[in-house]
Amino acid sequence: MADYSLTTPLGDDDVRKLKAGDTVRLTGTIYTARDAAHKRLVDLLAEGKELPIPLEGQIIYYVGPSPTPPGKPIGSAGPTTSYRMDPYAPALLDKGLKGMIGKGARNAAVVEAMKRNTAVYFAATGGAAALISRSITAAEIVAYEDLGAEAIRKLTVRDFPVIVAQDCAGGNVYDEGQKKYAR
Amino acid sequence: MREIEASKITQEVARLCMEANFELEDDVQKALEKAHETEESPAGKEVLRQIIENSGIARSERMPMCQDTGLTVIFAEVGQDAHITGGGFEEAINEGVRRGYTEGYLRKSVLADPLRGGNTGDNTPAVIHTNIVPGDKLKLWVVPKGGGSENMSRIAMMKPADGIEGIKKFVVENVKAASGNPCPPIIVGIGIGGTFERCAQLAKKALLREVGSKHPDELYAALEKELLEMVNDLGVGPMGLGGRTTALAVHIEAAPRHIASFPVSMNLNCHAARHKYIEL
Repeated sequence: MADYSLTTPLGDDDVRKLKAGDTVRLTGTIYTARDAAHKRLVDLLAEGKELPIPLEGQIIYYVGPSPTPPGKPIGSAGPTTSYRMDPYAPALLDKGLKGMIGKGARNAAVVEAMKRNTAVYFAATGGAAALISRSITAAEIVAYEDLGAEAIRKLTVRDFPVIVAQDCAGGNVYDEGQKKYAR
Repeated sequence: MREIEASKITQEVARLCMEANFELEDDVQKALEKAHETEESPAGKEVLRQIIENSGIARSERMPMCQDTGLTVIFAEVGQDAHITGGGFEEAINEGVRRGYTEGYLRKSVLADPLRGGNTGDNTPAVIHTNIVPGDKLKLWVVPKGGGSENMSRIAMMKPADGIEGIKKFVVENVKAASGNPCPPIIVGIGIGGTFERCAQLAKKALLREVGSKHPDELYAALEKELLEMVNDLGVGPMGLGGRTTALAVHIEAAPRHIASFPVSMNLNCHAARHKYIEL
């Protein structure tokens, strides 16, 4: 298992070298979106309208942070379960999205879209939200403020810790890891 | 007749909502530390290390350990000789939730209507389960329940012929299917018996038990032990990355059932298993 430091946005070469099980520290800009924001983004695409965030080479983090307390850039901010975004993810991947961060496995349609578009799915540790928030240095709402915790935020991250859960060649840490320890 | 001020209930619920989210209970913390020592998978061990470090940060900085600070579930045992004064019982609880979630910078995750949406803005209403019991005390369990593990919970109206083997199959298949989604290592609450709705409630109540405690009835204690081994043999591991720690505990609650019915439910809790108790 390799360990990488990557800076956003990601290119095809960055994604191709990542194998399921590798650990990665991400630095740069990432965007947040979960269920409600995804629905709005995909509806806009269906109507042929412009999105409020860029997708080309970008990473979307599935998170609805807790409210920002005084003196901190963001509240606790761990990943939410990714399968709920499976119905929307392929449309975003087809528009240039290069990475997603969440927890739990993705379905076959997302895997196909990842292969087709050379994209990667990262997992962060669910429930390690206070720890993860330490690698977020700035947060700004850029769309859908009415959604509260589900608004789209632009996060500035430094050495944000993730593992490659599913890679662009179909490698899957869940299948491989669980098989190894089943008895 | 003993009087309990509604404002006291509000004050304690507010405090417990915050404490539950900031301070992982000792039983869960100890179970996680033990799992960290014994876990064979390097990825699983690293996840457990992060979870333990996270718990320390949440405690010292008074930040929620998980951004999903849950829908607040309250179990209440009200002594029949207690008299609540100065306001309604459920309103007192909801006011406590409102204050705790606002003052503690906890996430508000409740939609006013399941179809129309609309965040209530203060995490109310709580889900309140009340029992009237002998005595003059008020006992409250405050359980902020996250959505990720709740979504992987299941209920089955099985046939009596399915028996204990049917229960084992149901639990093992559903924990396997849940995989990394409910944030393992999980706590598995099992309800056996009752009616449809009682059975679901039993599984939730099973999550209140101290992690590592044994069912007082040997039959159920043995089944808990066997199910814990079966679930851990799935190899799901911490966050589903593979490993020997899928669950920290399996807890069963049982109730009488109809001769024709054999309801079995499974309510999962994530490793951020939050529950606080107070007696007023």
